[in-house]
Order: sequence, then structure tokens, then C-alpha cells
Amino acid sequence: MSGFFKSSIGRKYAMALSAFFLMFFLLQHFAINILSVFSPDAFNEASHFMGTFWAVQYVLQPVLIFGVIYHFVMGFILEAKNRSARVKKYAKNNGAANSSWMSRNMIYSGLAILAFLVLHFIDFWLPEINTKFIDGDMTGLLPNGEGFRYYEELAHKFENPLRVGAYVIAFIFLSLHLMHGFSSAFQSAGATSMRKEKLQLFAKVYSILLPLGFIFIALFHHFNHH
Amino acid sequence: MNLTLKIWRQSNAQATGKMVDYKVTEISEHMSFLEMMDVLNEQLINSGEEPVAFDHDCREGICGMCSMFINGEAHGPDRGVTTCQLHMRMFKDGDTITIEPFRAKAFPVIKDLVVDRGAFDRIQHAGGYISVNTSGNTQDANGTPISKHAADEAMDAATCIGCGACVASCKNASAMLFVGAKVSQYALLPQGQVEAVDRVKNMVAQMDLEGFGNCTNTGACEVECPKGISLENIARMNREFLSANVKG
Ligand code: HEM
Ligand code: SF4
Ligand code: FES
Repeated sequence: MSGFFKSSIGRKYAMALSAFFLMFFLLQHFAINILSVFSPDAFNEASHFMGTFWAVQYVLQPVLIFGVIYHFVMGFILEAKNRSARVKKYAKNNGAANSSWMSRNMIYSGLAILAFLVLHFIDFWLPEINTKFIDGDMTGLLPNGEGFRYYEELAHKFENPLRVGAYVIAFIFLSLHLMHGFSSAFQSAGATSMRKEKLQLFAKVYSILLPLGFIFIALFHHFNHH
Repeated sequence: MNLTLKIWRQSNAQATGKMVDYKVTEISEHMSFLEMMDVLNEQLINSGEEPVAFDHDCREGICGMCSMFINGEAHGPDRGVTTCQLHMRMFKDGDTITIEPFRAKAFPVIKDLVVDRGAFDRIQHAGGYISVNTSGNTQDANGTPISKHAADEAMDAATCIGCGACVASCKNASAMLFVGAKVSQYALLPQGQVEAVDRVKNMVAQMDLEGFGNCTNTGACEVECPKGISLENIARMNREFLSANVKG
């Protein structure tokens, strides 16, 4: 396998692999978040488990961080390499005649997601790390000790309409990114034509429904509070 | 019909080059695009100017030599045709048509609309062949059973004429449709198995070396390919490449 991951096709496989992992992560993230709409208690339980179970914290979380960083760093590297493969641009190029907007603008939808991830980190991840590892409070309880803090924190975050707006826009970009990206990953991984049609339909449905679901959760908590 | 043409003029590989406007009149809608270019060149020669250099050979869609990027698309707005088979009825009286060479770092411009597609030849030399002894002891073709499905798919892949429209259309100037077709036409047949591992490895290595970009599955190549080569061939090449690397 020497040199495989340095080759153009090896990198396609690696990119597809990181993408599949992210798609799986996103589904799991959604499954927990949607609990917050139906049952604050169940959401609290699940959050506490994810936030304190060692295998999640010390195995899955580092893998996730590596996966995300690998994905966007590789995205930037591929974009730079691909741009350099055509030094002189066309005076007139009708890209819309042969390809989707999404497929031609993965780097921009990706950058929008990256901007969102920075916001998301500041919103949820940094406070978590601060509470658990700086303050050393692993109980997951509210300051007054009356129940878990996770649902309260979530609901509080979505009071701000600016934040909700930013989340909605980010998930629209995520949907655009995945509408091309998910089925693209199946193609990169070498799916054959028979299977591909079903896989691509699945990818389309996922790419539209999942971001919509996240938007629903954000809006739900925003309006639920008022 | 009367047309305005905006054409890339570049006197040699080193020159900077620029777009130049020309007018042609009384173009018949039955003319092919190259015949329209012939009319322009006759005009230029008569007025003592340098004619526009462009590649062509068969003028019937089989050699893959003609290579123009017309109004933002390789081989122009029609589907499933090369530039030589593009007809002027695709355009209207009074249109302005932009004509550029196929652009990619791996396809340097030689003059005007002529580019050097030697990179494709070097990829072919790296593995796009089978080694068979043809000196008098050839076997009967029917002696090797091949399924109809595999034969059809191999034939479809083999219709690639190496024109480079896939590279020209791709936002990444990727050559994966071409290489995918060339790998597939052998990968599907028993005769191709003997050298399968080295073939895909060497052809992909040469492709990377030539400076083509990396496929991001936009699908532009498949749409613009005059022979309708399917993206399926890229997926097959990826599988072949993975299995070749696993085998060592
Ligand atoms: C963090 C910022 C991100 C950036 C800068 C980014 C950038 C990119 C780029 C440039 C590509 C095109 C590469 C290619 O097609 O070969 C790509 C592909 C892809 N991205 Fe992202 N991305 C980001 C985040 C995400 C996230 C969060 C997800 C999913 C949850 C995701 C899912 C995908 C998928 C499924 C593909 C297709 C992979 C393939 O074609 O094999 N991306 N990304
Ligand atoms: S794959 Fe199609 S566009 Fe590419 S070189 Fe072959 S015939 Fe031309
Ligand atoms: S001149 Fe031969 S294909 Fe166009």
C-alpha cells in the first residue's frame, strides 16, 4: 500500500472515508438532539452519558476531532491542487451546463460549515471542557443542584435570535454541501451502478432531512421559550 | 447568418496570447463548426493575416483531434458530438461565439487553439495495452468466453477517442474519465487480467505526474464527453486501484 494515500485516488478514498465517518457522527448527534424536543429528561440522560463515558470522551471524541480536521485540511489541499491544475482560466466557462452549483462550490459551503463549527465550539464545547476539566465538575448538575444542566443550557442558548439565524443559515450550507458530497463519496468509494442509484437516493434524502431536522430543533427551542 | 467570433490568439507556446474579435458573414446553418472556421481562415489569408491554427483530422467524430472550448463548453453546446460534428444550426444569426483552446496545465497551448495532449499518450504508454504475441499463433477470439454484459461495457469504454474534453470541462482539469475508460476497457476482459495490477498503478502514477487535478465527482466530464463515457468507469478505476494496491 506504499504511496496509496499520496496518490490522487488514494486521497479520494481517504476523503470519502472521513465523509462517511462524519455522516455517521451527524446522525448520532441528531438522534440525541431530537430527544430534547420530546423529553428533556431523556436528553439530559443521553448528554450526561456522552459527556462522561470514558470511551466517548477519550476514544470517540479524539477520533472525531481528527476526522473533522483531516476532512477540511484535505479539502483545502485538494482545492489548492485542483486550482493549480488550470493555471490560465477560461474567458467564458458555462459550468452550469454540465454540473450542479453544489458540486462546483464545495469549498465555499465547506468554509461556511467551518465558520459555524468555530461558533459551535465556542457555544457548547468550550463551556463543557471548562466545566468538566477546569472547574472539575463532572456531576452534570445545575449550580443549584436541582437536576441536570444540559437541557437548561441548550434552551438558554437558543433564546438569542441571532444565534438561531446563524444556525439556520449554517445548516442550509450543510445541506448544500451534503447534496453533492454524500453521493460523491459513494462514487469515490467505487460503488457500482446498480447499488449507486439506491445509495444516491438515500444520500439525497439524508442531505435534505437531516439539516432540516437540526433547523427544526433550533427553531423549536427558540419559540418554545417565548 | 452573420456572427461575431471571439477567438484566443497566441502565436506560440511562449507568447502571452489574447482574445481577438472577428466577423464572419453568410454562414450556412448546414456547415459544421470547422467549416465555419475554414471560412474565417480563408478570409484571414485573403487579407494577409495569419489564419487561426486549430487541430482536426477525420472531421467525422472518430479521431479525437478537434478540440475547441466553445461558449464555455468543450466541443460546444451540443451533446454527444465533437467540434467537427457540431453544426452551425446550434447558433443564431447575430450570435457572439467565444472560442478558446482546451485549458489545463497538462495541456499546454502550442498555438492559437492547438494544445499538446501528449500527456494522454504518456498515460497510455504507462499501461494502456495488453502484451500478446501476434506472430502467427493468434487464438480464435471465440476461444475465450466473455459475457455479453462485460463485452458491451468494455466496448463502451473503448469508444473513448482521447479528445480531452473531459479534462477541458472539469473544474479540476482532472483526467480521470479518460484514464477510467482506458483502465476499464481491459479490466472488463480476461485478456486484461494478466497485467491488471501494474496497469492501473502505472497509469494512475503517470496521470498524477502529468499535473492533472483530482476528481471531485462534479460529473461535467460525462456530460461533455462526445462519446458518452460514463462516470461508472471512474468508480471502476478506483476499485481497480484499491485492489491493485492491496495485492501489492
Ligand atoms: C469544516 C469545514 C469543511 C470544509 C472546509 C469542507 C470541505 C470540503 C471539500 C472542499 C470537499 C470536496 C472534496 C472532494 O469532493 O473530493 C468536501 C467533501 C465532502 N464533505 Fe466537506 N467540508 C467541511 C465540513 C464537512 C462536514 C461537517 C461534513 C459532514 C458532516 C462534510 C461532508 C462532506 C462530504 C460527504 C464530502 C464528499 C466526500 C467525497 O467526495 O468523497 N464536510 N468537503
Ligand atoms: S473520456 Fe470522452 S471526453 Fe474524455 S478523452 Fe475520452 S472521449 Fe474525450
Ligand atoms: S476531427 Fe476527428 S473527431 Fe473531430
